Amino acid sequence: MSRYQPHTDADRRAMLARCGVESFAELVAAVPPALRQGPLTGPSAVAEPDLLRRYRSLARLGEVKASFVGAGLYDHYVPVAVDMLLQRGELFTAYTPYQPEASQGTLQAIFEFQTVVAELFGLEVANASMYDFASAAAEAVLMTLRLEPKRSRVLLSGALHPDAGEVICTYLKGGAATLESIPLAGGRTDLAALERQLGADVAGVVVQSPNCLGLVEPLAEIGARVHAAGARLVVSVNEPTSLGLLAPPGVCGADIAVGEGTGLGVPPSFGGPGLGLFATREANVRQMPGRLVGEARDADGRLGYVLTLSTREQHIRRDKATSNICTNHGLCALAFTIHAALLGPKGLEELATQCAQRARYLAAQLERRGVKRRFAGPYYNELVVEIGEPARAIEAGLARGLAVGFDLGRWRKEWAGGLLVAVTEQHSQACLDELVEVLAEVRR
Amino acid sequence: MTLWRSAADRIGEPPIFAKGAPGRRGAAIPALDLQAPALDLPAALLRASPPLLPEVSEPEVVRHYTRLSQLNASIDTHFYPLGSCTMKYNPRVGEKVARLPGFAGAHPLAPAALHRGVLQVMAELGEWLRRLTGLDAVTLQPAAGAHGELCGMMMIRAALADRGDPRRKVLVPDSAHGTNPATSALNGFQVVPLRTGPEGYLPLAAIEAALDRDVAAIMMTNPNTLGVFERDIRAIADKVHAAGGFVYLDGANLNALVGIANVAAMGVDVVHINLHKTFSTPHGGGGPGAGPVACVSALEPFLPRPVLVGAGNEVRLDFDRPKSIGKLRSFYGNFGMLLRAHSYLAELGVEGASRIGPDAVLAANYLRASLRDTFELAFAAPSMHEVVFTDKRQKERGVSTLDIAKRLIDYGFHPPTVYFPLIAPGALMIEPTESEPREMLDAFVAAMQAIDAETRDNPELVKGAPQRAPAKRFDEAGAARKPVLRYRR
Repeated sequence: MSRYQPHTDADRRAMLARCGVESFAELVAAVPPALRQGPLTGPSAVAEPDLLRRYRSLARLGEVKASFVGAGLYDHYVPVAVDMLLQRGELFTAYTPYQPEASQGTLQAIFEFQTVVAELFGLEVANASMYDFASAAAEAVLMTLRLEPKRSRVLLSGALHPDAGEVICTYLKGGAATLESIPLAGGRTDLAALERQLGADVAGVVVQSPNCLGLVEPLAEIGARVHAAGARLVVSVNEPTSLGLLAPPGVCGADIAVGEGTGLGVPPSFGGPGLGLFATREANVRQMPGRLVGEARDADGRLGYVLTLSTREQHIRRDKATSNICTNHGLCALAFTIHAALLGPKGLEELATQCAQRARYLAAQLERRGVKRRFAGPYYNELVVEIGEPARAIEAGLARGLAVGFDLGRWRKEWAGGLLVAVTEQHSQACLDELVEVLAEVRR
Repeated sequence: MTLWRSAADRIGEPPIFAKGAPGRRGAAIPALDLQAPALDLPAALLRASPPLLPEVSEPEVVRHYTRLSQLNASIDTHFYPLGSCTMKYNPRVGEKVARLPGFAGAHPLAPAALHRGVLQVMAELGEWLRRLTGLDAVTLQPAAGAHGELCGMMMIRAALADRGDPRRKVLVPDSAHGTNPATSALNGFQVVPLRTGPEGYLPLAAIEAALDRDVAAIMMTNPNTLGVFERDIRAIADKVHAAGGFVYLDGANLNALVGIANVAAMGVDVVHINLHKTFSTPHGGGGPGAGPVACVSALEPFLPRPVLVGAGNEVRLDFDRPKSIGKLRSFYGNFGMLLRAHSYLAELGVEGASRIGPDAVLAANYLRASLRDTFELAFAAPSMHEVVFTDKRQKERGVSTLDIAKRLIDYGFHPPTVYFPLIAPGALMIEPTESEPREMLDAFVAAMQAIDAETRDNPELVKGAPQRAPAKRFDEAGAARKPVLRYRR
């Protein structure tokens, strides 16, 4: 017996008697003998103290003093109140709010999340969340194909996060659309190339900003070209705090904005669970994937919230649904909402400004020691430094308890020699100075 | 049972945006401790006006979300017999483990030397899932059950393409979850519905009639969504295999099988496993979950990349998978949920795991035996981990399944899944799981019987339910006609 399984042998006997059988075997007589499970083999039960000891020792293997690895997933400080609230059982042990009278807490929180995401993206409506930025980008591409059913080509910026690119490719293998990459100029989407590639058969263009090399894309210029060709612009944002400082995608012409919410309320957790953000213009809402919460009145006329526009979804529309998504990442969406509420507009702006300032401090200190940025373009909090042998820098960093960044050559051979370094409010001057020491030493 | 007690538990909490005052803030950011050069970003790239976010202090935020939480039913506060969702107890130790700094802070692109602990946990969970299903290989990458379905069906499509035998059709029983046909369509397959037989099983004859060389796969759920074990599943699988197709098992109902039946022996080629159901990771008000996929060795080359290889200290991620369907999501999986499932299984051990299915099946049959004189069984076939009743008898008194569901809220229970599966009109699909004590099951039976009595004595009371919940019934049609999907000041 385990502590999660309340039935005693006496309970089981009484329950079997109610069922009118002598033994449990009679209850499962419908399972043919050939399909029966033999005795399971595997580890024996471990009691909680021993279990925790083991996990602590395994977890310690991954600890560092400081990490500058971003590359699409950014670690920001999450206020204690966020996690304290998440640990309320009424929130984390509830499920999808199918019964609105008994789920108003979850429903209102999702409604607030939708508002926060729409505001951050500068768009009209957002859904209740997706799994992560990459699957959200893939769903956005499928949505552009539904919005433009006569078009079948999709262009992906060459500086889109490689995981997003690969996931889009995976999702599209079943369909008729073709994917093309837009080359880069100076680390950013090449506008001239984009113009050449656009045409009457292009349904959508996907661009990330800040892009996977840390550079802020000229979204307004891209948007104007995409719309002139009658296509839809999808903008992905992997660093949610950047939206406190940078012009939101909606203002720059995005028809759909997607992104990653990890960083606000959600820890990296080895890449999952993340939080897929998804927003669009009101006119497109019926082609949107995922769950949506809307206002409703109850029989007494009081304002509350319900799941709405469900006729887009798989449980109603089955094979005609806009997506197969069912469960999303609700608890991560709640964490994101609470963190955003705690920050407020000023706090988010201050946080974003500080990330950018600390990154510029790092860039200046590196420059003084002869370590240069690879690209001159505008950036937010992540930069590519020319390091020659990133593997050596990473090893030297680890020896001092630092994860110094991401070896760009792991993504593409032509990017070799570059180290992608992300800076957040968590990096003090001392910590940045130590990074400069390590990198300058290796560069020498 | 837990009831909402006072007027304070009613809806009417203003949105967080309507609270607070300009200038308030709930998060402190450390002061800038360095001299930074001026920001060099061109104005055109900067935000012109701040986003509409709340301006509230921490006490206001904490009270707001605490009060919202009190408007929810949850496993911790209520019996939650939502059929096919396996709402079992969520152990606290998993919450603790997932928050250990070395796990919560682990970055997937950090140097590989830092990943030994993380990968070891993942490899051990994969081994658990292999043993529990009897299948050969596992991916932990999919983020949810529907994502696992997508993964499995993509693998089948890729395997058929690889042998030069592309096929267009997928057989899906009419009792299936909506995700099955939606997943098939997303993969470009044409869905061929199969009719469940009068006893609640999928008849072998239905498969024989639909089967041809253009059938890529059959998507089955076992036990099916009626809670009935598909006794012919092996024969069905043999037929499908003989015609060159694959057998996909929707693992939504795996809780019924753990310790009872062997998935591999059923002839299943690929199955997704909802960790948030069978392995007790919290449902989170709608995710995150995790949907690992297990498969036979013939499908292994097509698993999404990267694939975990090796054991113990030698576990690594293998990206060199030329036949892989590719990545399905960023990075490697919902590690935080994998950890929780790992801790659940580690604490149970094989002894506890072997009791999951038997105790779950016993609880469902206990409810079935206790309620079958009061409510009409949808199908006569024996129940596994869930039992489906209908409102046939109550309907004669003008009371429907929806009314019964809402009335249950007044009695302090989360309603079962209703009006699903579609083949059982007025369905009430009840899944108690193994973690509810017998006293709670008895209280639920008493409530269901009391509601049935009310359908005779006072049907208006049932039709006007809920009365004691935070809200009365909503005008959902009105909400969809003119949707308001966000707050505006």
